[in-house]
Amino acid sequence: MAPAVQPAAPPAEEGIGVYTQKLGMWVFLASEVMFFTALIGTYIILRWGSAESWPVPQDILNIPLTAFNTFVLICSSVSMVKAYAAATHDDQKGLRLWLVLTVLAGATFVGVQVLEYRHLIHEGLLPSGIRDGSPLAARLVDSGKLTATAAGLFGSAFFTMTGFHGFHVTCGVICMTFVTIKAFRGGYSGGRFHGVEVIGLYWHFVDLVWIILFTIVYLI
Amino acid sequence: MDAADHKHPNYVAVWGGLFVLTVIEVAAVYMRIPRHLLVLALLLLAAWKALLVALYFMHLRFEPKRLALVALAPLPLGIILVVAVLQEFAKR
Repeated sequence: MAPAVQPAAPPAEEGIGVYTQKLGMWVFLASEVMFFTALIGTYIILRWGSAESWPVPQDILNIPLTAFNTFVLICSSVSMVKAYAAATHDDQKGLRLWLVLTVLAGATFVGVQVLEYRHLIHEGLLPSGIRDGSPLAARLVDSGKLTATAAGLFGSAFFTMTGFHGFHVTCGVICMTFVTIKAFRGGYSGGRFHGVEVIGLYWHFVDLVWIILFTIVYLI
Repeated sequence: MDAADHKHPNYVAVWGGLFVLTVIEVAAVYMRIPRHLLVLALLLLAAWKALLVALYFMHLRFEPKRLALVALAPLPLGIILVVAVLQEFAKR
């Protein structure tokens, strides 16, 4: 008996017009927009709604250092997009070089953030506020410029927002390391660049969030 | 259309734009600009930079418009969150 002929699968309904992994990443990023919008929204509410005077960021935070870190992250976004461009042209050497630079820049950002945290904690800024007897307490709380309540609100908001962002960068660096290893093994040769594009979207999103956070937390 | 189908924009020019805007932002903080004007300028500059990243690095400019809607859909929820909670503060 002849085997039954399998009916051909009906043609897939046309969706949004992009390949599935990319759409998946965008939907994930939409949920991330929601996550960070909630954090930023909470910060705005705490700051505007606070009856106490809010600390001037420049009095506590190191703006030039963080501006440098912002620059590093922007550079990493360029190297990421250059890696993607190289992948679309099947330029394997360029892809590997730009990916390595992206990983290094991302790791530098996290490293500088760790140093910043260490310095801030040493100076007396904690997620719970400003530590009694610390240099920051002497400068801001004891002199009456800042209340303990406002310091607590600022400390918790600062560490929550920058901490969650730093966590995202760390996850990005780890994922990007795997992508780089795969690139060195030739995993993105012959026009298979989708993996590079999808991790790139995540990476640029993390950069975009930092652009907003840097302005809202450090500059305003 | 996949993003790879379009011509790659000048990424270094976008990087230059982001760098210049960041320098302006940081410089503005150290200048004697009225507070409300400074906040407005900083927010506009940040939005401009975010837009550059989304349009050129994330290729939203070259993607179907529906994809941009996916990304923008949650933003109204954030605005509702802030406005609604601030109303509570206003009532006290």
